[in-house]
Amino acid sequence: MFATLMQQIANGIVFGALIALVALGYTMVYGIVQLINFAHGEVFMVGAFGGLATYTWVLPADVKQIWYVALPLMVLGGVVVSVLISLAMERIAYRPLRNAPRLAPLITALGVSVFLQEAVRLFYPNATSAQPFPATFITTPLVIGPVTVPASGILLVAVSIVLAILLQAYVNRSRMGRAMRATAQDPDTARLMGINPDRVIVVTFAIGAVLAGVGGVLYGVYINNIDNQIGFQNGVFAFTAAVLGGIGSIRGAVIGSFVIGLVKNLADVLLPGGTAYDYVWIFVLLIVVLVFAPQGLFGEAERVRA
Amino acid sequence: MSDTVQTGKPLLEVRDLCVAYGAIEAVRSVSFTVQAGQIVSLIGSNGAGKTTTLRTISGLLRPRSGQILFEGRPIHTQPAHAILGMGVAHCPEGRRLFPKMTVEENLLLGAYTRKDEGIAEDVERVYDLFPVLGERRGNKAGLFSGGEQQMLAIGRAMMSRPRLLMLDEPSMGLSPIMTQRIFDTIRDLQRLGTTVLLVEQNALAALAQSDYAHVVDLGRTTIEGTGHDLLADQRVRDAYLGEN
Ligand SMILES: Nc1ncnc2c1ncn2[C@@H]1O[C@H](COP(=O)(O)OP(=O)(O)OP(=O)(O)O)[C@@H](O)[C@H]1O
Ligand SMILES: [Mg+2]
Repeated sequence: MFATLMQQIANGIVFGALIALVALGYTMVYGIVQLINFAHGEVFMVGAFGGLATYTWVLPADVKQIWYVALPLMVLGGVVVSVLISLAMERIAYRPLRNAPRLAPLITALGVSVFLQEAVRLFYPNATSAQPFPATFITTPLVIGPVTVPASGILLVAVSIVLAILLQAYVNRSRMGRAMRATAQDPDTARLMGINPDRVIVVTFAIGAVLAGVGGVLYGVYINNIDNQIGFQNGVFAFTAAVLGGIGSIRGAVIGSFVIGLVKNLADVLLPGGTAYDYVWIFVLLIVVLVFAPQGLFGEAERVRA
Repeated sequence: MSDTVQTGKPLLEVRDLCVAYGAIEAVRSVSFTVQAGQIVSLIGSNGAGKTTTLRTISGLLRPRSGQILFEGRPIHTQPAHAILGMGVAHCPEGRRLFPKMTVEENLLLGAYTRKDEGIAEDVERVYDLFPVLGERRGNKAGLFSGGEQQMLAIGRAMMSRPRLLMLDEPSMGLSPIMTQRIFDTIRDLQRLGTTVLLVEQNALAALAQSDYAHVVDLGRTTIEGTGHDLLADQRVRDAYLGEN
């Protein structure tokens, strides 16, 4: 039992790191435009497909053999696809609704989400059934006592933590980061400072998409297969993590993600129902937290802040 | 009714401005000009439309009709961030600092559009002007007193090096001593070459400092004249200076 628990904790940390890469996009966009971008899970999904497509159709056969060349190029391909899709959806679907009642962009986001799932189903060969991701990379797992973590899991945790720290530094120190925080706190006054809200919004969507794209490709490498539903499945966890942590807060999204990762993986072995009840336990946790702390763990008091 | 020489092209010209919030016409017919180098005030009672006028000049609101010319060019179709870039800064009513950011970050946001080397120097200049800000530059703006926040709001607006600085009720909620310091600062800014458009309910203080002033009443500009003239005008005295 002890070995199982330790293994589940390790799995939970890896899953939390993955979810964090997606949750950060939810929280950044919400912090700036107060929109829950339900299509953000799909940005993660198209990133995974972008990475796989890069491997399948772009990389020459000899490059595919060298993982430390192939993997960065796949990540790059995934990120490019994620960013292009994300910016197109901001421009086409959300920007025209900037001054519409809140419900309009929210419903649009659900529409964009379905649209992207269906677009991948239609245009990517067999995208509804599990598409094998190249698994030949970095095969040596890390073994500590009873716990085994694949190298791809270690990579996921490392990349996720590094990117979260870089994002935090960017938001807190850079000129654009300052403009983002200003826009989140008081959009009208931010405009009086000469800040162009459209630019801030575009940068915010792009940053979210970069993280989701990286997450999508590393997910493929870790889980070894992808389909057009992975955005929805993982998006629900990521969105919940962002709300749990306090939507708008960067630190909240990261901590919320690790909490969700651990709870999900421990519930799988400790609570009745196993993996089938994942969503049930996650939402029970969310509801309990929101009853006692409606702003989430790090909410409102520090939107788009440390 | 004025004896001020109105020579050359005005820096700002507002022509027959009309601005509405849905069905509410907050500004019906506001017209005035601001000559370069002057301090010009808009005075008027609660809800007269002064703030609405400033928010329209800075591009936060769109006029229903009328024109706003800055240096002879129409700006009322431009977005707010572009208007700041042209040299119009707006220190809004209620200060509107970014309360969760430090003093220094607020000042740097004021200089957001600048790319020159002089930003750090100008930050120091604000600290020289308001030493209390310099002493606590790393503190969050929301922790300061009303008067200190007003200093920061003015300092922040100065950071863009505007040619026209619009101040909306800078004396609101301040002690008489603080009010005096704020008005002294406005005078200093003028001396350094900044043109100032001032909105005040504190008509006495505003008129005493102004080269020229306009009364806004129920969304219309009515009486105008030099600060000195309006202080002497019986209608103004009756309505805005609390005399009978
Ligand atoms: N956001 C808004 N929505 C609807 N009506 C508004 C809004 N803001 C102001 N008004 C109305 O427009 C009119 C003019 O308001 P404005 O704030 O411009 O006046 P003001 O001269 O600045 O007054 P004060 O001296 O109290 O600041 C008022 O009748 C006010 O109620
Ligand atoms: Mg006002």
